[in-house]
Amino acid sequence: MTISDKTSLAPLDRAAPVAASADEFTTLDALESESIHIFREVAGEFERPVILFSGGKDSTLLLHLALKAFWPAPLPFSLLHVDTGHNLPEIIKFRDEIVERHNLRLHVAKVEDYLADGRLTERPDGIRNPLQTIPLLDGITENRFDAVFGGARRDEERARAKERIFSLRNAFGQWDPKRQRPELWNLYNGRHAPGEHVRVFPLSNWTELDVWRYIARESVLLAPLYYAHEREVYERDGMWMTSGPWGGPREGETVETRMVRYRTVGDGSTTGAVLSEAVDNEAVLAEVAASRLTERGATRGDDRVSEAAMEDRKREGYF
Amino acid sequence: MTASNAGLAPAAPDLLRIATAGSVDDGKSTLVGRLLFDTKSVLADQIDAVTKASVDRGMDTPDLSLLVDGLRAEREQGITIDVAYRYFATPNRSFVLADTPGHVQYTRNTVSGASTAQLVILLVDARTGVVAQTRRHAAVMALLGVPRLVLAVNKIDLVDDAAEVFAQISAEFNQVTAALGYRPEQVQEIPVSALHGDNVAIRSENTPYYDGPTLIEHLETVPNTIDRTPVGLRFPVQYVIRPRTPEYLDYRGYAGLIAAGRVSVGDEIVVQPSGIRSRIAKIDTADGELQTAHTGRSVTLLLTDDVDVSRGDLIASVADAPEPAQEFSATVCWLAEKALRPGARLLLKHGTKTTQVIISSLDALFDEQNLAVSDAPESVELNQIGRISMMTAEPIAADDYQTDRESGSFLIIDPQGGNTLGAGLIGDALAPLHLSEAVAV
Repeated sequence: MTISDKTSLAPLDRAAPVAASADEFTTLDALESESIHIFREVAGEFERPVILFSGGKDSTLLLHLALKAFWPAPLPFSLLHVDTGHNLPEIIKFRDEIVERHNLRLHVAKVEDYLADGRLTERPDGIRNPLQTIPLLDGITENRFDAVFGGARRDEERARAKERIFSLRNAFGQWDPKRQRPELWNLYNGRHAPGEHVRVFPLSNWTELDVWRYIARESVLLAPLYYAHEREVYERDGMWMTSGPWGGPREGETVETRMVRYRTVGDGSTTGAVLSEAVDNEAVLAEVAASRLTERGATRGDDRVSEAAMEDRKREGYF
Repeated sequence: MTASNAGLAPAAPDLLRIATAGSVDDGKSTLVGRLLFDTKSVLADQIDAVTKASVDRGMDTPDLSLLVDGLRAEREQGITIDVAYRYFATPNRSFVLADTPGHVQYTRNTVSGASTAQLVILLVDARTGVVAQTRRHAAVMALLGVPRLVLAVNKIDLVDDAAEVFAQISAEFNQVTAALGYRPEQVQEIPVSALHGDNVAIRSENTPYYDGPTLIEHLETVPNTIDRTPVGLRFPVQYVIRPRTPEYLDYRGYAGLIAAGRVSVGDEIVVQPSGIRSRIAKIDTADGELQTAHTGRSVTLLLTDDVDVSRGDLIASVADAPEPAQEFSATVCWLAEKALRPGARLLLKHGTKTTQVIISSLDALFDEQNLAVSDAPESVELNQIGRISMMTAEPIAADDYQTDRESGSFLIIDPQGGNTLGAGLIGDALAPLHLSEAVAV
């Protein structure tokens, strides 16, 4: 765990405040207000909430909204990162910069620790995403977190389309889609028994396009990986992978320098980049709006495993 | 029937929250799949996945319903189990769609999906027309104050004298909705074929007798607010913001989302239940101060006086503030297998306040079969709707649900297990049904 010793409250990560107008209230304003409402409900009802922070765009947006919800007070939550050990170095650097800039508390649960002492075993395919579940659940239990914010959106996948905004998980961290609490009006029920916790998804009603529009509008500072840059990559299954300790290039795969950007950030062994010339928010927004592939379909190998890969992982306790 | 400005964030004109309802085999999943497909909200890899799954099941064309029925059990059984949320957009509007399962006995799901909807699409099969389930769903929508209804007369391509069938179904539906209190401009009937896409996004040449909008055109242009006498400010206090930093040493802001009405700097307000009065000194957001803020916006209010306000309190306009009370009559939609009985000690969540509640008596039951109100029941069972009297441990400042959806709604929660047991509406939401012999099955 890292605790920064900075005491001043840092401003939000953006170029200039956006002028708020009473007359114009758009979809993005409505989504922002709803997310802020959700953050404040959790702060009012739970003892020990935590934000899952991976350094990716959704969790960066989550943090941006959380900072807005409690401004000018400091964020009343800490952050939790499950580090697979296969993260791209730029992401860890960005994570640490954000933590320092906003004077946040960061907890890190490391898959490497579990591999080192034998609690987990490396999979034959070298993919570490499935190995995150146990360190995540241990991290929640050890810190007695009772509300865990995640950046998941319902538009990402059919199983996620069924997820509640407040989603009760049992002591095993499991999601049971057949026994969900009905969620009505904007009244959220956060009651839970000791040992259980509630996953909270403030971005539930955002789409990928909403996220990018909002990031552009608010000039949210993202990890540079999201913008086109020259990178040494090799092609695998139609994705452009970065070399790293997760393996690759294999025989027959050649490393070359390409202009690429990432649409999602995850485990280095399964997340690939896309060829792109989009170097700023406007260009990325145009590219996302024109894309005929979902972000996960384009760049996440783990969702291709089976028709119900996401549902199965959620049932196990992962997001 | 007066219907409130619906949903959590109704003020954004480019956002419409909708829900679907209908019986099991009327093609609801196909219509939702069609809406997603025709608005290009489905991307190539999702279509590929559905095409592949359809081929695996031995079908020769992609089954659009597979776009929405995503859980293992749903695919196994070919049914929709629970409410799912879908997103699509046109150049003019974004849509959040609550896709509810078709089994009508599950009022629970219909209520969940419709609680935030500004418009509900009711589906009927052109071959069967308005059935008992259609009337029940319409009655539940009226009860919940859903401001707008669309009747999608599906499979219109499968009937011979389509013009006459459509006219007859429309007339029958209008009779039902009028009896429930809907005005003609709140209701739109559209002949569609979800399978072929007629009148969904593209105007059909097969329906020359219909000169109204396509479904998408209607969804894009229908007003998402409704003319009614607005209530004044309703601001449930969520959280007190006290930075205690050198820069903001004396800052004390009351954070929340404006549930109803509007607030301006200088307004006189009353804090309920204490009744203390003060004025708005400042309306703060992380983006700067506002002079005025409307329904649906999350803001932080600062008052001119140093008064005692905490989470669970309601800041309201002085002119029409609801009086705090501890005894209420209410309508509940029961959502749990454990039945509701008189004398039950439960929890009630209204706005940001959670308090104990005792159910004093069960006063009436909504008879779904006859769309009437029957005598006091011994219990209210799963999926039933009843009128109750109740007493809360702490005073609550609530509006009648018919006056305002946000400040008139509450949850009933199990103090032991913590589950949500019931959805509550302050006041007698069943009242219009006393007059509704015309809608009886």
